[in-house]
Amino acid sequence: MRPIEYYEPPVPSKVNYINAQYGLKSWLLTKDHKRIALLYLGSITFFFFIGGLYALMIRLELLTPQGDFLQSATYNKVFTQHGIIMIFFFLIPSIPATLGNFLVPMMIGAKDLAFPRINLLSWYVYLLGGVITIYALLAGGVDTGWTFYTPFSTTFSNSYVVATGLGIFINGFSSILTGLNFIVTIHTMRAPGMTWFRLPLFIWSHYATSLIMILGTPVIAITVLLLAFERVARVGIFDPALGGDPILFQHLFWFYSHPAVYIMVLPSMGVVSELIANFSRKNIFGYSFVAFSSLAIAVFGFLVWGHHLFVTSQSVYAGMIFSFLSFAVAIPSAIKVFNWTATLYKSSISYDTPMLYGLGFIGLFTVGGMTGLFLASLAVDVHLSDTYFVVAHFHYIMVGGALMGYLGGLHYWWPKISGRMYPEGWGRFSALVIFVGFNLTFLPQFVAGYLGMPRRYHAYPPEFQVFNVLSTAGASILGFGMLIPAIYFVWSMRYGKRAEANPWHLPGLEWRTPSPPPTENFAVTPIVTWEAYEFAPPEETQVVGKFGPELEQI
Amino acid sequence: MQSWIPLVPDSASTLSWKVDALYFYLSGVTLFFSLLISAVLIFFVIRYRRRTPYEIPRPIAGSHKLETLWTIIPFVIAMTMFGWGAQVYFQQYKPPANAIEVYVVGKQWMWKLQHATGQREINQLHIPVGRKIKLIMTSEDVIHDFFVPAFRTKMDVVPGKYTTMWFEATTPGTYHLFCAEYCGMNHSGMTGSIVVMEPREFDNWLSGNAASGTPASQGQQLFQSLGCASCHGQNGEGGRGPTLAGVFGKKTQLQTGESVTVDEGYVRESILNPQAKLVAGFGAIMPTFQGQVREDQLMQLVAFIKSLPAGGQTEAPPTTATPAPRQAASPTQNVK
Repeated sequence: MRPIEYYEPPVPSKVNYINAQYGLKSWLLTKDHKRIALLYLGSITFFFFIGGLYALMIRLELLTPQGDFLQSATYNKVFTQHGIIMIFFFLIPSIPATLGNFLVPMMIGAKDLAFPRINLLSWYVYLLGGVITIYALLAGGVDTGWTFYTPFSTTFSNSYVVATGLGIFINGFSSILTGLNFIVTIHTMRAPGMTWFRLPLFIWSHYATSLIMILGTPVIAITVLLLAFERVARVGIFDPALGGDPILFQHLFWFYSHPAVYIMVLPSMGVVSELIANFSRKNIFGYSFVAFSSLAIAVFGFLVWGHHLFVTSQSVYAGMIFSFLSFAVAIPSAIKVFNWTATLYKSSISYDTPMLYGLGFIGLFTVGGMTGLFLASLAVDVHLSDTYFVVAHFHYIMVGGALMGYLGGLHYWWPKISGRMYPEGWGRFSALVIFVGFNLTFLPQFVAGYLGMPRRYHAYPPEFQVFNVLSTAGASILGFGMLIPAIYFVWSMRYGKRAEANPWHLPGLEWRTPSPPPTENFAVTPIVTWEAYEFAPPEETQVVGKFGPELEQI
Repeated sequence: MQSWIPLVPDSASTLSWKVDALYFYLSGVTLFFSLLISAVLIFFVIRYRRRTPYEIPRPIAGSHKLETLWTIIPFVIAMTMFGWGAQVYFQQYKPPANAIEVYVVGKQWMWKLQHATGQREINQLHIPVGRKIKLIMTSEDVIHDFFVPAFRTKMDVVPGKYTTMWFEATTPGTYHLFCAEYCGMNHSGMTGSIVVMEPREFDNWLSGNAASGTPASQGQQLFQSLGCASCHGQNGEGGRGPTLAGVFGKKTQLQTGESVTVDEGYVRESILNPQAKLVAGFGAIMPTFQGQVREDQLMQLVAFIKSLPAGGQTEAPPTTATPAPRQAASPTQNVK
């Protein structure tokens, strides 16, 4: 490996961002992106375990066909709240607000994000939205499904729709603020020499995600606002009894909520690019294709919302256009998978925990992405929409994709974040348990879905029980697997082995400063003279095998 | 029952195998690529595992040829899926001519159905094999969805408008009917069954379940009692209001100069919101009937107007939808 230039202070210092200041106030009023990342980390973990508890209740209820564990009204609230908490308060902020907040400035050689106060504000806005939502859940909950379809949500539901909507409305602004901050930071605060094509792919994917956040989130805010107008003031927008159009709501809702899937999965793809390159000590194959595919996903992602409306009596011609575009948006994802796989060719692969998550992501995301083709395919979607096939598909994307990437990233950067190593043996063990538990939970649901089991059913015909028993067994394993990292991460903060500045021996900028980093990240401003993932000097670049004459030099 | 775990549900309609064939194609491609990627990953992970802690592999430049290859191949495969899916989708949603019509009203949390011959059913639909059945559906409250897995088709049932779906059953039997769109507390209880019968049995069933009147004849009574006849004429021949006889399915000229096809949705809208699309030459004199007629009564009015022959002759609306059903004998309702 080339010698790595470090940007440590001339005299080793024990002061870092964690111990630079003490006291609750120093955390609650911090403007340090790293501390704000930790505030987010604590909050989203809290919401993750609430959402997980709901998941547990769902799986227990579905163990038997009769619907005997919860009442149907309770069950409806449980799956609604599982969705709302997991999507709006865990998955959407998960990687951007924690790992992104921590690492975007560090990876580009900046001292902080462009707007540190706005960054802190975004956490308070998130918290306010979260508190209001928790209030709604405690006051009586909400039973509309996370999709809030009208006119059920505006006219028929007797639950806390407006309070929950307000929570989501407010929470959206934290997303917008984060996206805004990232875009300005990436444009204006890159260290000298850090050109666009030297950026780690994590940054590219966060840039693409930020575009969706600032362009898409206002639409969900508008939609929730209109919903509240109709529910409170009886202004006819969606309810046909008031002169509205119920399908209009679905168009507005999915105009944000489909791109929101990419808000969840694009950052995860960024993490996986880091994991694959760094744990195989290889530059990413087709860097620019992987970078631009993120932007392509962000753009095309806005044009496919209509594939959620194939069975709503939408015009068949509109259906055809949305189907075509949905197939088109699959291509950039496929390009990423092929490039990650090709990166591993003739590389040096380590089996550390983050890499296990990275490899797991590729496998699960492939299944999740390809089952998306079933749903993009019009005729098959007519049969599959609103069945467990859809449930299985989006869990492969959101858990198999987004959550695996998040966990992989958390393990990978944990030494940098906490200054401590997590226990490697337990890490590998839990990664394996989670992988097995996840597949056992959701693979059977593909079959149950094609057999016709509708989603959001509290009781179901007995012939579907075998699949539900498998799912519940898998969910128990998955839940157990999730507890292990929760325990050892907390444990390692006090008892873990102290981490060096660069425990994985990597060239990325974030590893060239102590762990945990000082408040200002780098003692001197880095000057970047290397390409992304440059483990070996470029003159060693190999032209491989039979593809030799066709390969272009970097 | 089968003792093994089935991969596809019962196949009982002319569409089933078409959807299944595409499903198997998609599954095949998915399995192939998932296994290919997994196999390559596992091979690389073992073959190129790190052997010494400080080894650095030589960097490899990307390849535009390869990138092009793995952009074009997935795109071509995706387009085959798209084309095939679109083709079957057209068949699923193209309403067939000369189908037996069944009126469906969804409400929290039950299905109310009425045959063109008048028989009413709740949460159950009896149909013959080998005949195309067209459902004309609406909802009294929230969005529901009429889903029959054995027929591989579904359609949302949306308040405020009519949606249609069709199927032709091929195999007698009893099949699940599910509400597939979440509709509130007892959503999972909004289920029922489709009973597919041989034509002879179906005729027996029809005659064994006397109807109090066909939707069209009930619509005719409503037409009188609501006072429609005073402007539209006893038999829809027109008067102060536009002619209703013989216009169904044809285009009519509007006040605005546009034209509109007279279908179920237009008739429904004109009863509830008469001023929305005025027929050319007529004033805005019709009052709204919003709140005065229920969804099932609206469907009966639609059925009556549909049944009116051109010229406004007093011809009894057709009462049967299958060839020669026997006369009703018993007054039993088949409602559970």
